[in-house]
Amino acid sequence: MADVALTPPAVRRSGLSKNLRAMLREPKVLVGGGFILLLLLVAIFAPWLAPKDPLEQDLMLGNLPPAGYPGTEPGYWLGTDDLGRDVLSRVIYGTRIALTVAFVAAGLAALFGTVLGLIAGFYGGWADKVISRLVDIWMAFPPVLLSILLVAVLGSGIHSVIAAIVIIDWTRFCRVVRAETQAQAKMDYVVAARTIGFPRLHILIREILPNVAPVLIALVSLEMGIAVIVEAILSFVGLSVSSDTPTWGGMIAQGRQIIYQGWWVLVAPLVVLFATVLAFNQLGDGLRRALDPVMRR
Amino acid sequence: MIAVSILKRLLMAAITLFGVAVIVFVLLRVVPGDPIAMMISPGASPESIAALRAQYGLDASLPVQFLVWLKAVVVGDFGTSISLRRNVLELLAERLPATLELAIVALLVAVVLGGAVAVLGTLLRRTPGEPVVDTVNGLCLAVPDFVWALALVLVLGVAFPVFPLSGRINPGVQVDFATPFYLIESLVTLRFKVFADVAAHMVMPVLALGLPLAAIITRVLKEALLEAMVQDYILLARLKGMSSLRLVLQEALRNAIGPTIALTGVQFTFLIGGTVIVERIFAYPGIGNMAIDAVINRDLPLIQGLVLVFGALFIVINLLVDMLVVAFNPRLRHG
Repeated sequence: MADVALTPPAVRRSGLSKNLRAMLREPKVLVGGGFILLLLLVAIFAPWLAPKDPLEQDLMLGNLPPAGYPGTEPGYWLGTDDLGRDVLSRVIYGTRIALTVAFVAAGLAALFGTVLGLIAGFYGGWADKVISRLVDIWMAFPPVLLSILLVAVLGSGIHSVIAAIVIIDWTRFCRVVRAETQAQAKMDYVVAARTIGFPRLHILIREILPNVAPVLIALVSLEMGIAVIVEAILSFVGLSVSSDTPTWGGMIAQGRQIIYQGWWVLVAPLVVLFATVLAFNQLGDGLRRALDPVMRR
Repeated sequence: MIAVSILKRLLMAAITLFGVAVIVFVLLRVVPGDPIAMMISPGASPESIAALRAQYGLDASLPVQFLVWLKAVVVGDFGTSISLRRNVLELLAERLPATLELAIVALLVAVVLGGAVAVLGTLLRRTPGEPVVDTVNGLCLAVPDFVWALALVLVLGVAFPVFPLSGRINPGVQVDFATPFYLIESLVTLRFKVFADVAAHMVMPVLALGLPLAAIITRVLKEALLEAMVQDYILLARLKGMSSLRLVLQEALRNAIGPTIALTGVQFTFLIGGTVIVERIFAYPGIGNMAIDAVINRDLPLIQGLVLVFGALFIVINLLVDMLVVAFNPRLRHG
């Protein structure tokens, strides 16, 4: 352990490429990130990948089972729902809403939480008191109930879903960033920067933020998984986007209703939803390992 | 000393609850969409709409509405549900026991299962069994209650239909209950057939709520147990010839349990939050399921009552956990 203490702190100039290499060495990052990348491509190229129009109804072809079961129709690989809409095409189009919510909601929640967390952790005093008390009150609400309440207040639609997730989950980032900032602010390099006479804002953004970033990046990935679930829950309850936009949660709700006639309507989006959440978790876990210099050793 | 700190906590709890009430009240009054519009027939005259509005107190100014509501709540009057046209307190008293039974059974299952797997993982340390336990547990950690519930619907409800898919009791079972605590009442009055039916309806929602919590308990408790197992007093007990199982259960567990209790308490509040969606999936008649309907119907009095109940539950649980942690930690008890 003695040589560890003697190792000079990582030089930031080579930090980026070093971090990138560490990330690519982590199998969890490759598997989780690879799956997310694949989903991203599916979402972008949905119109070319989907074999059918996801909204086209054909009551003559309702409740068709997936390929391989008796009574299928060629071209409907995962079967159809009770309205005769192609399940595979709907799952493919569903990635669009899921990923939009994941990236935008997690990004905005991270932005607000980080700004408030940096302020509370670095400046302390009454700013810290106000922000910490706010976080405490926020945590007294059951999140699922709060999100349903918020969407009911804001009206349904993807903007409301994103706003609800941001309003509820900024506290996750705020708490972690605040604690991390407090820890970093006591480090020698911050003291040194102060002694040199750097302005406080410069120290906060150029010195402390890059060192908080690894924890933050991992947290964003986990939050994306949470956002995907929350969107699915709100769609399931019928409070997300309008019912003619295909979503995984909406399909799950429909599948739950016709479970005895067409279980596959529930299985397909559920499996994809689960895989997506797992991928975001693995990615987050892998990033945390790869970017944390202590764990890396 | 302890009495003072408990009083202080109670006061803080009351302030938090008041804050929750204010926020919910204000939030709901800015809702676009008129609750009265949802209950009138299309041809209603403006006079009758105004009369309805006055009946529910919606014609007064916001602060006045809040004061009227607060005054009523303090004496136990939560108003009348707009969508169900029944007393809110009565509705809550009917539905809350169903949710409490569900949540507490789920907690018990999680503690027993999570604890057992943690002990198993500790006994299996440095054997090929340990990574198996860790991997399965890691997978369980990643699955949220929403996904568990639906997976259970598919496996135990449809593929192998062992348990009923929805409701709290088979409508064919004709029994009168004296209390809304069906599970406990049927057990106490020794009506085992009824008990079995109520229990069967609870299996899937309980598992959906309990399994994620069990996974968390396993992870934290196992870590604490492994840490305790390398302490000197364990080595001494081992040298005295105590068996591994007794070592874990009698010596290590006692010292490792503190952090697990604190965490279980926090997670139990999340479990109660999870009842909202899990009850929905299994059409279980608790307050969570009712909350979703209340929000969809913009039933303001009912939503306010429900949110207060959820807030109060959270606060009570947090208080209980703090007391339990002190009770299990002698150092804090005397501090």
